[in-house]
Amino acid sequence: MAYEPVLTKHINQPNSYTLDFYVENQSGYQALRKALPLQPNDIIEQIKASGLRGRGGAGFPTGMKWQFVLKDTPKPKYICCNADESEPGTFKDHVLMERNPHLLIEGCAISCYAIGAKVAYIYIRGEFYHVQQILEAELEKAYRAGYLGRNILGSGFDCDVYVHRGAGAYEAGEETALIESLEGKRAQPRIKPPFPAVAGLYQCPTAVNNVETLCNVPLIVLNGPEWFTKLGPEKNGGPKLFCISGHVKNPGVYEASMDTTLRELIYGHAGGMIDDRPLKAIIPGGSSVPLLLPEQLDTPASFDHIQKVGSLLGSAGLIVMNDTVCMVWLAMNLLHFYRHESCGKCTPCREGCDWLFKLLARVEAGEGQSKDLDLLFGVSSNIVGKTLCAFGDAAATPVLSTMKLFRPEYEAHVREGRCTLPAEWRASRLALAH
Amino acid sequence: MEYAPARFHASARTQPEQGDDFAYTPENQAKFDANVRRYPPEQRKSAILYALYLAQAQQGYLTGGAMRHVAHQIGCTAAEVEDVVSYYTMFFTKPVGRYVLNVCRTLSCALLGAERVTEALSEALGIRPGETDPTGTFTLLEVECLGACDRAPVVMVNDDWQERLAPGQVLDFLHQLHARGPVSLTGCHLHREGDRGTGDRGKGEGG
Repeated sequence: MAYEPVLTKHINQPNSYTLDFYVENQSGYQALRKALPLQPNDIIEQIKASGLRGRGGAGFPTGMKWQFVLKDTPKPKYICCNADESEPGTFKDHVLMERNPHLLIEGCAISCYAIGAKVAYIYIRGEFYHVQQILEAELEKAYRAGYLGRNILGSGFDCDVYVHRGAGAYEAGEETALIESLEGKRAQPRIKPPFPAVAGLYQCPTAVNNVETLCNVPLIVLNGPEWFTKLGPEKNGGPKLFCISGHVKNPGVYEASMDTTLRELIYGHAGGMIDDRPLKAIIPGGSSVPLLLPEQLDTPASFDHIQKVGSLLGSAGLIVMNDTVCMVWLAMNLLHFYRHESCGKCTPCREGCDWLFKLLARVEAGEGQSKDLDLLFGVSSNIVGKTLCAFGDAAATPVLSTMKLFRPEYEAHVREGRCTLPAEWRASRLALAH
Repeated sequence: MEYAPARFHASARTQPEQGDDFAYTPENQAKFDANVRRYPPEQRKSAILYALYLAQAQQGYLTGGAMRHVAHQIGCTAAEVEDVVSYYTMFFTKPVGRYVLNVCRTLSCALLGAERVTEALSEALGIRPGETDPTGTFTLLEVECLGACDRAPVVMVNDDWQERLAPGQVLDFLHQLHARGPVSLTGCHLHREGDRGTGDRGKGEGG
């Protein structure tokens, strides 16, 4: 059965981002109209029944997250929409905000109503300036049409949605770091507990949800939880956006249900490998998850199935690599990223990432010794589980995963004293700006 | 690898360049006053990133004077402002060129030639990443993932984007940018009306 996109059905049409288009061709705030007469708790129950899992990376059930938000408190409550989208290989929220912003705005309003918040902040990464412009202009229209602001649709419910622009920090995608950044501080994670549901933004109860997660909320309210659970495998229901990049013919964002296999995504949707070269490895969920091999291509791309084969669906950012990619170089490239983005709060991550990068650069340059390989393994193992947020585990993953699957490549670098797989698409001079 | 070399133990706090006295233009003051109303009255500090963007847009980069002005606007100390400025990558504490070329160097872009794009830009401009050319036109920077991996390699030019810049197109790209300004950039493909949203790897593109 052919899958009919719901999140991205219209994104290729001119003006798909406008309020008029949204009203004519999509739900057009009908979900908000349907939600406002309901009890807030009924909406939370619907989201729980749908089994919607967070699309930002962790896959945590959204309904539960909302239920944890403290109810009996005189403090205001907040929704923070995580639009920081900075996991390497991920670019789906970008598409939603740019081409379908009203779905997100409607999602924000319904979510606010469900948890009893009156304000939602959309934390957008600083590099998405052009997206922010669209979003702010469309928010303005939603206000004027009465879908936001005071006494929405005559229900007595007030809701404001604001865009907050970040300024270049991967760590701001971690929920407590995002809150810190929203409060005007360095984006560094907090010690948990207390979780944001109890003490989040300005120490008030807060739910932090990804853009794609919130975009699913109006669809569930409108079509019912059953419709949602029927799309895709058990506990992995609903439409899902997959970002496919790397050595494929047609990189892009593709919507599918989570029973679609990695093979269908790469060879179907993304058109297969460039120049039909053999596939060497896939990162299935953004740079922070373990690699998968060609023999795992027939795994359905769902949270649970990908976990079963030893990786994570994460943010569904598939990075596809052909046989020209040196796995030591890959780990070095990603550790350069993690070294740069480590917020510096926890010592194992701050020092460990720098150390790992230096070791990898040495091995890649052909100057490594075999004891460096043990050291790489030791240092990365000592980061895992020893940091406040998941960043540390994420940073160690490219090293641990490539060493587990491609140890002979590391050994060849040491033995031959050079990179054994220098690709033509890499710089001729190594380490231009380290 | 040397264990804990001496430079690890050297502590040197670099003071921001002090610059001239700084104050928002009336226009920027009005923008700030409007923005700060998005947050609860006792949470003015939430507007700090916005306040810094305004100051940077007004002056090109952030000096000690600008940071003190932002501190005054927010109602916090200048040290707190410096704390924030030094954390985020999109704030500059030194003058930059008219066009800041931020080449994405992370995996998806690197797989399609980003390293060679940086190399070609570096060669053409005669500068290393992190430097500004003598005419003050271009600053070359390597940045981490920009979130546009399907259009690799991507270069962010100030707040605008250039998508799918092949290493061989670098000279023409620089020439066009110099001659015609930001209109010569591709921009974000999603931003261009009528363009397809996904897939669509154009003919004759790529590196």
